[in-house]
Amino acid sequence: MAYEQNLVCFNTFGADESWSMATYEKHDGYKAWRRVLAGELTAEQIIEEVKASGLRGRGGAGFPTGLKWSFMPRNADVQKYLVCNSDESEPGTCHDREVLRYNPHALVEGMAIAAYAMGASVAYNYIRGEFLDEPVPRFEAAVKEAYDAGLLGKNIQGSGIDFDLNTFVGAGAYICGEETALLESLEGKQGRPRFKPPFPANFGLYGKPTTINNTQSLASVPAIIRNGATWFAALGPEGSGGTALFSVSGHVEKPGNYELPMGIPFKDLLDDICGGMLGGRKLKAVIPGGSSCKVLPAEIIMDCTMDYNSLQQAGSSFGTGAVMVMDETTCMVKVLRRISRFYMAESCGQCTPCREGTGWLYRMLNRIVEGKGEEADLEKLVDVANKIEGHTICALGDAAAWPVQSFLNHYYHEFEYMVRNNGRSIVDATEEAAA
Amino acid sequence: MSYELSSHVKEEIEHWKARFPEDRQRSAVISALHAVQHENHGYITAEQMNAVAEYLELPTIQVYEVATFYSMFQTKEVGRNEVAICTNVSCMLRGADDIVDHVETRLGVKLGESTADGRIFLKQEEECIAACCGAPAMMVNHKYHENLTKAEVDEILDGLD
Repeated sequence: MAYEQNLVCFNTFGADESWSMATYEKHDGYKAWRRVLAGELTAEQIIEEVKASGLRGRGGAGFPTGLKWSFMPRNADVQKYLVCNSDESEPGTCHDREVLRYNPHALVEGMAIAAYAMGASVAYNYIRGEFLDEPVPRFEAAVKEAYDAGLLGKNIQGSGIDFDLNTFVGAGAYICGEETALLESLEGKQGRPRFKPPFPANFGLYGKPTTINNTQSLASVPAIIRNGATWFAALGPEGSGGTALFSVSGHVEKPGNYELPMGIPFKDLLDDICGGMLGGRKLKAVIPGGSSCKVLPAEIIMDCTMDYNSLQQAGSSFGTGAVMVMDETTCMVKVLRRISRFYMAESCGQCTPCREGTGWLYRMLNRIVEGKGEEADLEKLVDVANKIEGHTICALGDAAAWPVQSFLNHYYHEFEYMVRNNGRSIVDATEEAAA
Repeated sequence: MSYELSSHVKEEIEHWKARFPEDRQRSAVISALHAVQHENHGYITAEQMNAVAEYLELPTIQVYEVATFYSMFQTKEVGRNEVAICTNVSCMLRGADDIVDHVETRLGVKLGESTADGRIFLKQEEECIAACCGAPAMMVNHKYHENLTKAEVDEILDGLD
């Protein structure tokens, strides 16, 4: 089946200088914002439209965006802030980088509309530090173009609307993708998540009401306002409106970032869009939404559609739409060890279960791979993971636990084999037997 | 020993400070450290951190804690060209470990070390750099290189001053 691509966030892709304002305007860019400036849309209408569109936060949590916006005390007479989370660091995820590089105006316009809807006159786009060479200058150039065209600033085009948009550049820390850690970082501190409540909508940046949305979520807003909530919602199945940016990586013939309607069957994503498995090898497992999501074996994922409900029912989640594909030659123990190293390295250290537990997980897995594991370690891995899950301020602890639980749930025999065979992988044994 | 920030770094700091409200200059610490580290060829000394704190009128601890928290800041002397090879899952599945082995052998250093001539700093195991669809990938002085082969890596490394 053919799928229409690049309908929302990537809609300038393929055009010359897809990142320029001229190109963006040729694709109906800034039409929605101009309607706002002309007084044709109220803040309430915008929020209702985004609610009706079914847009859910694309940063991984999937919280309904319009509902989040409605939590802001938008008529309160205090400074309010909008913050965009472009700290894209969930392993496997690389599509926000594409929005920043190739269609930054969609984000600028989306931020302007969102800020207006929430009564925020100042916004920051927090971009991860590693992006400083290419995505940051692209985004900053787009902001400058928008200012020069009189679309941002004070009393924009006599509308009485003020909106100032600033870029912020981080310095390398996965935890800053957690929204309250991001706010701490923006305030010039270590990125340590805040205890909640109070939530950012009441006590956010500099203690002021703040909403944090992901890059893709905000870049989807102009198309929603332009084409209507009904159009957007109808692109995907019930509960998953719109399109998603899929970052497909690993063992496929054509890895890439693809914007597709929500709800595309995994099988079609793999075979029709990504050219099938690399070298025609057999699919073994998929992590469907970035490394914090639970792994799904081939036989389960092949029956899934790529949307919130289907992946949740299958025992995983949509996450960031980062689809990590693994073939039959992949050693699941080694993959889990690598994932666990990541969470150990990125734990901010303020909660004991996460700070200590992630180290335990990694060291046990390392021991197993080095051939020094014991069978008791397998139970202990799950035990430690269970003791982290739900016992920390932020979701990084859960994200460290879920891969461990799911890898051991689905691939216990691989761990057991390695422990019993002094660090030899079942994959190597199978290959040798076949040779 | 005291250290005087260059006029370029001061300009950079002012440029960033202007983006934040009055008395929120602490928000400019990260950008200030980026600017100092860039000028100092890849790492930041304690004297430089003190100078940033003094310039922003902040307690020194507020600069130290940022410099030591974020992975892009180096607080020990390192080689002048930073090579960071991503080894996270997507890159691992596409052969990142082989690339690391190859580079370690070629440069004669391990991850986290710099070459004796001070030319290259092979950064400690790098986490996901968001180039997963172009795996294996690496950053050299913040520039991304994707879909790497060993031959391409050699060419890139040989081209560094």
